Amino acid sequence: MADLTTDFVGIKSPNPFWLASAPPTDKEYNVRRAFEAGWGGVVWKTLGEAGPPVVNVNGPRYGAVWGADRRLLGLNNIELITDRPLEVNLREIKSVKRDWPDRAMVVSLMVPCVEEAWKAILPLVEDTGADGVELNFGCPHGMSERGMGSAVGQVPEYIEMVTRWVKQNTRMPCIVKLTPNITDIKQPALAAMRGGADAVSLINTINSITSVDLDLFAPEPTIDGKGAHGGYCGPAVKPIALNMVAEIARTPEMATLPISGIGGVTTWKDAAEFMALGAGNVQVCTAAMTYGFKVVQEMISGLSDYMDRKGMTATSDLVRKAVPNLSDWQHLNLNYIAKAKINQDLCISCGRCFAACEDTSHQAIAMSEDRTFTVKDEECVACNLCVNVCPVEQCINLEQMAVGSIDPRTGKSVDAGYANWTTHPNNPGAVKAAD
Amino acid sequence: MHANALTQGVVAGRLDPGELAAGFGDLHPALNDHEAVVAADRCYFCYDAPCVTACPTDIDIPLFIRQIATGTPEAAAKTILSQNILGGMCARVCPTETLCEQVCVRETAEGQPVDIGRLQRYATDRLMSSGVHPFTRAAATGKTIAVVGAGPAGLACAHRLASRGHDVVLFDARPKPGGLNEYGIAAYKSTDDFAAREVDWLMQIGGITLETGKALGRDTTLQELRAEHDAVFLGIGLGGVNALDVPGGDKDGVLDAVGFIADLRQAADLGSLPVGRDVVVIGGGMTAVDAAVQAKLLGALNVTMVYRRGRGHMNASRFEQDLAAARGVRIITNAAPVAVHGNGAVREIEFAYTDDALVPTGDTLRIAADQVFRAIGQTLVGEALPALEGRKIAVTGAGRSSVIGVWAGGDCAAGGDDLTVTAVAEGRDAAEDIHTALMGSAD
Repeated sequence: MADLTTDFVGIKSPNPFWLASAPPTDKEYNVRRAFEAGWGGVVWKTLGEAGPPVVNVNGPRYGAVWGADRRLLGLNNIELITDRPLEVNLREIKSVKRDWPDRAMVVSLMVPCVEEAWKAILPLVEDTGADGVELNFGCPHGMSERGMGSAVGQVPEYIEMVTRWVKQNTRMPCIVKLTPNITDIKQPALAAMRGGADAVSLINTINSITSVDLDLFAPEPTIDGKGAHGGYCGPAVKPIALNMVAEIARTPEMATLPISGIGGVTTWKDAAEFMALGAGNVQVCTAAMTYGFKVVQEMISGLSDYMDRKGMTATSDLVRKAVPNLSDWQHLNLNYIAKAKINQDLCISCGRCFAACEDTSHQAIAMSEDRTFTVKDEECVACNLCVNVCPVEQCINLEQMAVGSIDPRTGKSVDAGYANWTTHPNNPGAVKAAD
Repeated sequence: MHANALTQGVVAGRLDPGELAAGFGDLHPALNDHEAVVAADRCYFCYDAPCVTACPTDIDIPLFIRQIATGTPEAAAKTILSQNILGGMCARVCPTETLCEQVCVRETAEGQPVDIGRLQRYATDRLMSSGVHPFTRAAATGKTIAVVGAGPAGLACAHRLASRGHDVVLFDARPKPGGLNEYGIAAYKSTDDFAAREVDWLMQIGGITLETGKALGRDTTLQELRAEHDAVFLGIGLGGVNALDVPGGDKDGVLDAVGFIADLRQAADLGSLPVGRDVVVIGGGMTAVDAAVQAKLLGALNVTMVYRRGRGHMNASRFEQDLAAARGVRIITNAAPVAVHGNGAVREIEFAYTDDALVPTGDTLRIAADQVFRAIGQTLVGEALPALEGRKIAVTGAGRSSVIGVWAGGDCAAGGDDLTVTAVAEGRDAAEDIHTALMGSAD
């Protein structure tokens, strides 16, 4: 069995699965249950400054988006940082860390944007024996209206400034958590790096309204007839998170900046994908909130089995493995030609591929009297839509055409060479080969 | 002393009321809201879906299931009922396992089709329980049509004609409308007086005058009906029952299965119905299964269904055969009745083993019986009917008989399966054809 032990910015954990700063990590009771279930670490739910804690709404805090069979695909929340007194949280953090020294204990922080506030809280966290801090620059609701959370995370200069204060006032590793509610994720990440951050974690939740009550005409979750945007998370946000992680990982200046991947990690596979795109570990919330803490056991066995199959002995073997293959569209090989192939033994004749292709794409699927569906190679552009709408796994696949064979759609021979848009004759800005 | 399963002879009250109620409960219980959404989520919304092709009434099944999945079961019901006005009954009695559900792609994929029948019932029940009748009548045409037989074909025909603006007089020989829905279907398929409630709901369209107790040939003639109406639709079913033409076939205790089934449906107290201890049902169709299973549910000790050919030839679907077996009915195949024995009343029935071509093997079998039900087919009865094809009314196109102005559909008409759903389709299509014929052009 592959060794899943992870060293993330000097913080060791028995596996790369941490619980993200969120409701599941708000209390000693929950965190102890998480460690008993096998989680490698937690980021304790965000602490605020000393004094009266924040308050939460007393109506619904979550909204949801479901798939078939009411499978939870997306969750939205309007919960704030911890609403329990600072000293209670600190006491509990210390107690749990003492009993679970091998697990990562990182403390999420969000205090006002003045150095004194950070100077005040950091020693208190250090005293708990915690392994590091994560700066919550991402929370998109409530706290941002008070000049914290994503209000900081949306201004790179603030990120850099606060990160610097933190690095100057503690020996603990500092992870900066980024908000996705910006146009270019590289800018806040670079700012964090300039401020001295040891790592970035992303993504925090996405501004969202999950649904509208069509009787009350109010956004959901609805509090006394009104609704506010919340933070979206869960499987639905994974593609957005993967792209943002990848954007940082492929930027040369940040090639060595450690990343903690967050956003819809639900299975071992999701985690492996984040890691392959550059995440040193992952943080999970919605999957635990949906299925309970036990879900980590599938993640551990799945990642371990995968690494064994791939001959990987340490998680570092997987991290960044896909980064070299991140490209821009203009560099994709236009001489690569594929065609969809339908496996007739697996086909159940639902015809969804036909409806999708005939109505919305390239009319490249033929349907016979007896409901046999076949691809018309002379029309197929290998768009992959039929693969995506087919309900049967592996029934339709895209197969690469052999070099030298004739593409019936274009009548041209499949070229062995590589050619992309930058040199394509249709491109008015094409780079001309040297005369 | 109360009777029980072991009591000799044909007696009532073999089971207590609780056992009877449990046995005769809904065969396919209604889905609740949660079950309906889970079941609806399984539908793939196939292109040109095989289930629609398999449905004799062409209900747009993927559309109505999607309407259930998106929380609009009343819209789903309208999708169903616009094609099949008896969609509620068909949801209960259709052999879905040989129609829509047999060809469901999830049957292909996983051996477990989408639960189309019960989803259809969910939608139609919802609409009917809200008291809504979603169809209205077109402007009055001034035409009057006689529909003879208030069974599935006649009801479907009458409703469609009424919706097209025609006035309909709907005749039935029996005291209640509904035909086989009311009299000819096992009680566990149509609980809570559903057949009658469905007719009441259907009649809300208006423009249909129901005349029960009026039999063709007894109280009126086809000639009279033609003279008094602009068109006539015959949906008179098969009123006769084939006799058991063997020595002793007329002994006491030898009865028609259809009569037994009708008595069961009309009984106010199932405990008052007498049933034998040793019951033999002859036949291999749905009627035979309905009679055999219900005899068992009334408390008969031994119920044996005997069919003259092999299982593959039985008209009862595999599901029905398994249902009978699960309820404790013994099924014997390849045995044809040759004699009924007994002194006045039946005591024993003798069968000759036969191959699938009905050639006797030479061996015989005797089964103890104090009650025998004939379920060996029904026949068309009536005089001065349009020309026949075989033993049924010959039709061309959408039910046109040999007599101008007379249409026919359902079991009395030649062609088609003798199913409720086929009868509905034939009645509906004949109505459209009558409308076109009377009004001169389509629409």
